[in-house]
Amino acid sequence: MEKMKVIAEWTYTPAPIERGYTRKTLYVNVGEPRMEIKDVSQDMIDTFTGGRGFDLKLLWDAVKDTTKWNDPENEIVLSGGPLCGITQYPGAGKCYAAFISPLSGQTYDSNSGGYWGPLSKFSGFDAVEVQGKAEKDIILFINGDEGKIQILESNLKDLNAYAVTETLHEYFAVDEADKRNISVISTGKAAETSYYGCMNMSFYDPRRKVARLKQAGRGGGGSIMRDKKIAAMVVKFSKIGGNLNNVVDLDTLQRVGVKLHKEIHDLDDVQCKMRKVGTAHLNEIMDEYHLLPTNNYKFGQNAAEISKIHSAVYERLFTQGMPDGCWYGCSMSCAKAVDGFTVQTGPCKGEKVTVDGPEYETVASLGSNIGVYDPLWTIEANFYADHYGMDTISLGTAIAFVCECYELGLITKKDTNGLELNFGSKDDIMELIHRMADGKDEFASMVAKGIRYMKKAFAEKFKADAKTMEAIGMEGQGVETSEYVPKESIAQWGGYYLTLKGPQHDEAWLIFMDMVNKQLPTFEDKAEALHYFPNFRTWFSLVGLCKLPWNDVEPANNRIVNEPKEAAKVPEHVQNYVDIFNAVTGKGIRKEDLITMSEKVYNFQRVFQVRMKQGEANHNIPLRALGPVFPDEWEARREYYDGKLREIGIDPSALSTEEKIKKLQEYRLGMWEGLKMAVYKRRGWNKKGIPTVETLKRLGIDYPDVVAVVEKYSKPEDNFD
Amino acid sequence: MRLFLPFCILNLAVETSRFVQTDQGGIILRWLKTYVEKCINCGKCMETCSKTYFKEENPSLSRVVVTNPGAGQNISVCNQCGACMAVCPTEALYRDKNGVVQLDKSKCTSCLMCVGFCPTGNMLYAASKQTEPFKCVACGLCAKVCPTQALVLVND
Repeated sequence: MEKMKVIAEWTYTPAPIERGYTRKTLYVNVGEPRMEIKDVSQDMIDTFTGGRGFDLKLLWDAVKDTTKWNDPENEIVLSGGPLCGITQYPGAGKCYAAFISPLSGQTYDSNSGGYWGPLSKFSGFDAVEVQGKAEKDIILFINGDEGKIQILESNLKDLNAYAVTETLHEYFAVDEADKRNISVISTGKAAETSYYGCMNMSFYDPRRKVARLKQAGRGGGGSIMRDKKIAAMVVKFSKIGGNLNNVVDLDTLQRVGVKLHKEIHDLDDVQCKMRKVGTAHLNEIMDEYHLLPTNNYKFGQNAAEISKIHSAVYERLFTQGMPDGCWYGCSMSCAKAVDGFTVQTGPCKGEKVTVDGPEYETVASLGSNIGVYDPLWTIEANFYADHYGMDTISLGTAIAFVCECYELGLITKKDTNGLELNFGSKDDIMELIHRMADGKDEFASMVAKGIRYMKKAFAEKFKADAKTMEAIGMEGQGVETSEYVPKESIAQWGGYYLTLKGPQHDEAWLIFMDMVNKQLPTFEDKAEALHYFPNFRTWFSLVGLCKLPWNDVEPANNRIVNEPKEAAKVPEHVQNYVDIFNAVTGKGIRKEDLITMSEKVYNFQRVFQVRMKQGEANHNIPLRALGPVFPDEWEARREYYDGKLREIGIDPSALSTEEKIKKLQEYRLGMWEGLKMAVYKRRGWNKKGIPTVETLKRLGIDYPDVVAVVEKYSKPEDNFD
Repeated sequence: MRLFLPFCILNLAVETSRFVQTDQGGIILRWLKTYVEKCINCGKCMETCSKTYFKEENPSLSRVVVTNPGAGQNISVCNQCGACMAVCPTEALYRDKNGVVQLDKSKCTSCLMCVGFCPTGNMLYAASKQTEPFKCVACGLCAKVCPTQALVLVND
C-alpha cells in the first residue's frame, strides 16, 4: 500500500506503568483534530477502578444530556483496566469499549479480546477517548514504540474488516515477526447503515500467519466508528515482556496463574472442552434444556436437527491443537477458527479464508434462531458479519424477527424487495446480509437498524400489526436479545431485561440455578442473585479480565467442598481474583470488596442511563420472553405448559390454547412486575429503577452532577417504604 | 496421567515431533536419562544446576528435581517431549539441532502456560530470578557430578 498522508501528528513520552496503571489517558478529537493527555486522579482510580469504569467516567464528562449517538461529542472510549496485559493469568487481555449506542440511545459497554487493550496500555494510556467527526476516512495510529500519535488519511481500498486488518498489520509492521506487536480496530461497510456495527479487535496469529479478529460486537460501536469516518484505529508496541504492568507481587501472580493453567490442562477435556470447541460446546446442552433459540425464540429445541450442529461437528471444523488464546497466557484457548474455508458467495467468493468462530452465540443466532442447521452456512455468515462489521447476535436476532414477520404475512416478498425470508431460507438470507453491506437496498437497511427500528418502520411503511411485532420482537432497551430462551426462568427475565444496557448475557446467566437446580425459589432469592452476579461480573470489566476462566472451568472439588448455591460462585476462583488483583495493585482487597467496587460503577452507569433517557430509562420485556405467544409454541410443550397452569391453580382442560396462553401471560406479567420491584429494592433503587441518593452516598459516588440527575428525575411517591 | 496422555500423543503427532532429523540423516534426541535406583540423594546435581544457571546453590532453582518423601526416591527432569512447544503462543519454545527443547527469551511473554501444561511438571519458574520459565537444556553438568551415574546424558 502507498504511504498514507499524515493529517496530524503529535509526540509524547509514554508514561511508565506502576501497579497496573499509567495514570494517563489519551484524548483524540478526529474532527478538529486535537490531542490531549489527561491525568488520572487517585479518586478516579478509587471510584471507577479502570476499564469500563474509566470509560464511563470519561464518557460522562464528554457528552451532554441530549447527546445522540451520531453527534460529534459522542465518544468511543477504550480501556483495559489495571490487570489488563498481565500474561500470567488466563483471560487478561480484554478491552472494554463504551459509547452512546445507536440502538438504545444510552450508554453501552462492549468488550473484546485481541491485543488492543494491553498494547494501548503499554503505549502509555489507561484509556483512549475518541471524539469528533473526521471529514474523510482516517486511521488513528498510536505508536507506543516511538511515542507518536498520528491521524492518517486512509487510502484503504476495501473498508471491510479482514481486508483492513490484514493490510494494516502489513503496513505498520517492519517484518513478519513484528506483526504480533500490532492491533487493529476495524469495522466494515455494513456499519455505515447498521445500528449494530461491531468493532473487530485484532491479534496476529504467528502459526496461521493471519490476523485474527475478536469482537466488541454489541451495541453499535462500529456504527459510531464509521459515523466518525474512522476506517481503523491501530496501536503498536513491540517490547512485550512478562512484567510490563510492574506488579507488586509477581510471585503470587505466577503461582495463581500456573495453578489455573494446570486446572485447565487437567479438567477442560472432561468439563467444558473450551480448548477444543470454545463456547460451541453449549449447542446440544442448550437444546436439551429447551434453551437453544429456535425460529425467533418460538422454541428452545429442535430434536430433528440438533445433530447437524452438535459441538462434535464444530470440533471437526475447528483446527485442533493450536494455542487459540486471544491474549498471551490464555490457556482456555477458546478463540477457535476454521482454516482454509472456501467462501461460497459475495465479494470474497472463491477465496480461502480463516474464519474466527463461530462461537455458541453465532451458532444459535445465525443458525437455529433463523432455522438454519448448516454449519458451513453459519461459518460463511459469521465471516461476512465480521467482515462487513455487524454484530452476529443482533444480526441473527433481527433476521429471526424478520423471518417470523415474513411467515406471519406481516411483510411480503414485495416489501423485502424480492427475497423469500422464511426460516431456513439460506440463500435469500445470505443475499440480505450482502445487501446490508451494499447499503443501497432500503429493506436491508431497515433490518440493519435493529428490531426496535423495524417494529416502527414495518408498521408505518408496510402496515404490519404493531401489537404482534411488540410481542415477538426480542429486544430490550432497543438491543437484541442474545441467544438463550429465557421463557422458563423468572430469574433470567431479570438476567436479560433488568440489565443496565439490554438483554446481553454478560450480567447474569441464572437459568440453571433457577430453572434446573431450583436454588432461587423466592423473589428475594432471585433479587439477591440479580444483585450479586451482575456486580460480580461487572468486576471483570473494571480490571480487564475475561469472564470465561471464572466458571468455564471449575476446580475438581468445587461441587464437593461447596454447597450447590455457593458452588455456582466458584469460590476458589473468586479468591484467585482477589489474590491477583492484590498482586498487581498492592491493595489489600477482600472478596466482598469486589462487589462494592462494581456497585460503584454499576450504579453510576444506571444513573448515566437515567440521564441520557431523561428519566425514562425503562426496562421492557417482550411477551415472547415470558412464555408462548402462539398456539404452536404451547402445543410443542403442551404437557409442560398445562402443568405450569395447574401449578398456579388454573385448570387447563376446559380452555382453548389461546385462552391458556392468555392466562399464563397475565400471570407471568404479574411475576415480572414482582421481580422488577424486588430487584430494584435490593439494588438500592426506587420503584422507577433510579438509584437513591442514599445508595449514591453509600457507594461514594454522590458527586454533585450525579446527585443532580437522581434528584431531577426521582419523585417521593416512587420511593420504597 | 490418563488425562494428559492423549493430549501429548496428539501434540507429538501433529506439532512437535520428538525426534529430529539431522543433516546426516540420523535421528537424535539428547536428553537426561535417570536411574532412580542408583540415586543416593546427595543433592550434587541440584547444587550444580542451580549454581550453573542462577549462580547460587539453591535446590529450588534446579532444573533437575530429586525428592525423597519417605521411602519414595524420585528424580524428575524434562524428557524433551515438546508438549510445551505446542502451547506456546509465540513459538518461543523450539527444538534445537540436538533435539533439545530450548526457550528463546526474546520471544517469551512469561505466560507460563508451558509450566501448567508440562506433562511431567518439569517446566519451572522463580519470580525472584526472572519472569520467564526455565527448563533442563540437557547440558549434562549434573550427570558429570553425579557420583552414582543416576543421571546420564544420552543421545538416542
